[in-house]
Amino acid sequence: MRASIVEALRQGISEAMEKDPRVFCIGEDVDIPGGFGGAFTVTLGLAARFPGRMVNTPISEAAIFGMACGAAAMGMRPIADVQYGDFLMNAASQVVNQIAKLRYMSGGNLKLPLVMRAPVGVTGRGAQHSQNLESFFLSCPGIKIVAPSTAYDALGLLRTATKEDDPVLIFEHKLLYGSKGARAEKGTVDASSEIPEAYYDIPMGKGIIRRSGKDVTLIGSLLMSHFNSLAASDLEKEGIDCEVIDLRSIWPLDDELIMGSVKKTGRVVIVEESPKQGGIGAEIGARIAEAIPDYLLAPLTRVAAPNTPAPFSPVLEKLYVPQPQRIAETVRDLMARY
Amino acid sequence: MRKEKATLDGAVEKVGAERAIRMYTTMVEIREFEDKIRFLFLEGNMPGTVHQYIGQEACAAGVCAALQADDVIASTHRPHGHAIARGLSMESIAAELYGRKTGCCKGKGGSMHIGDLPRGMLPAIATVGDNIPIIAGMALAFKLSDQKRVALSFFGDGATNEGAFHEGLNCAAVFNLPAVFVCENNLYGASTPVSMVMKVKDVAERAASYGMRSSIADGMDVFDVFEKASQAIDGARAGEGPTLLELKTFRYSGHSRRDPNNYMPKEEKEAWKQRDAIASCEKVLIGSGAASGEKIEEIRQAVTRKVEAAMKFAQDSPFPDPEAVEEGLYVNMGVPR
Repeated sequence: MRASIVEALRQGISEAMEKDPRVFCIGEDVDIPGGFGGAFTVTLGLAARFPGRMVNTPISEAAIFGMACGAAAMGMRPIADVQYGDFLMNAASQVVNQIAKLRYMSGGNLKLPLVMRAPVGVTGRGAQHSQNLESFFLSCPGIKIVAPSTAYDALGLLRTATKEDDPVLIFEHKLLYGSKGARAEKGTVDASSEIPEAYYDIPMGKGIIRRSGKDVTLIGSLLMSHFNSLAASDLEKEGIDCEVIDLRSIWPLDDELIMGSVKKTGRVVIVEESPKQGGIGAEIGARIAEAIPDYLLAPLTRVAAPNTPAPFSPVLEKLYVPQPQRIAETVRDLMARY
Repeated sequence: MRKEKATLDGAVEKVGAERAIRMYTTMVEIREFEDKIRFLFLEGNMPGTVHQYIGQEACAAGVCAALQADDVIASTHRPHGHAIARGLSMESIAAELYGRKTGCCKGKGGSMHIGDLPRGMLPAIATVGDNIPIIAGMALAFKLSDQKRVALSFFGDGATNEGAFHEGLNCAAVFNLPAVFVCENNLYGASTPVSMVMKVKDVAERAASYGMRSSIADGMDVFDVFEKASQAIDGARAGEGPTLLELKTFRYSGHSRRDPNNYMPKEEKEAWKQRDAIASCEKVLIGSGAASGEKIEEIRQAVTRKVEAAMKFAQDSPFPDPEAVEEGLYVNMGVPR
């Protein structure tokens, strides 16, 4: 069956709730007949199937994540979501000070099996509904972070996340969801997949090679992984053979996969949708430089958004988000010089 | 200030002599523990920082006496009293203060994160107000899984100006959760008097804006605290929803460490000390015949021995092994490099 990311996530949540009575959803607009089903329809229809287990909260992000934390400490397995990833900042103390740290500061005496879902991506809404917060939460030990860029991965990672005994933060991309109706997005990219009948899941900490190549490694996640593949197709026509790594797991990072690829190609371009300042590229680049400096044939290269908030004007927004052309130009330039 | 209650008439009869003596003993334990800690800390014998509970003993003792074994509490940066009253072992509390491997958090938490969830106390949450939504979540878990348990949050007057207080209380009220929110109003947030940062007279008034019940107890009277806490806790357990319970109290010590609390007027401090919870409880116990002077002396000596033994246990305990720095973060994986 072919499914969008929204459908895959919905299936994963349903499965988890069917299998385990401790699983429940908590978030805004998740239990309103005729309502949204969460901001992007992921939980649409679940209220009727799981009465009493879709906790429809006030607009209170600190309470959503604080309550998820408390419920998880008591043995429940909440799936908490925000409408936009940016609103994680309204709950930042709960996520960063409590959820990420409670187990550690208890001396390992408690578990917080909870899933947090947050839509990200620069999508025509201005600076406060656009942030890609992966690098922010990457600096918080105690949370596992995944970012599925296809429906197949979304289901596989959600299945794993709902079985995990640690907090897992799932970043989902608004342009990859495939939301329909009133919640459909402009400028979407098809991220649908064939979903096998047979059960599968995807372990934490494992990236994937979307395309094999020998000249240069392109690293990214979510929308940028799709853009890297597009750039790679263009470059292929010019005889540049790119390997495209989709991170899937932001923490832990799949060092084995990354280093293996860079050892092969000797060149690496890390692409991210958020500002270069303190970004994921900085972390990944530093890890490569620490681990395998002798394999590098060219300087570590980053393609990222400018070090500014996201602008609104569609013209500026397009300049802000790394486009396939810009990625391709960077690779072309790198190959010409090294 | 509240006038002396008619505690002599019937207070002990109401709660029973055994419970009255237990609450008294808990208060003495907290006072002696904190006095000893202050001494050891000022001696330079103890690492970190401490926020002491001296003066507020009736709050923890009275509230925790009204809880059942499988209820759960959450505390603040000032958690020693709550931990003792909740029944955590004094050895494990002292060892945690000393950063030892035998501490209730294996030396990873410290003074501000004392707790032991299997014993009914979440590791204390030291960012002000943040335990309030967490307690609502614990109560939500009890409600969703149909357990007759109660989750109870301790916090100070300062926390009631945090957004987390508003969000947590509103949700607890909206979902009619089996939660109790206990505000120990000790009149100061660090050095700032509560009157400078709150326009309403009583914290309890704030409950009205959530459609929540509230009550006020004299935080220097353990019997009054026990009675009001019992009403709130029993109500929550019976499905009647949450309560905001304000306890009027006072901390004799500074906010933390070496704070000499010079910002508190001398007369104010003296007036509160005149109403000391332990001294008045002692009077009630003796006056009612629940305990003799000898019995009181016996309790005090036993507590002194217990505190000494706890400190010795802590001081003799080993520090965590170096590997411990990377232990206990994730359940099923080590710390990635």
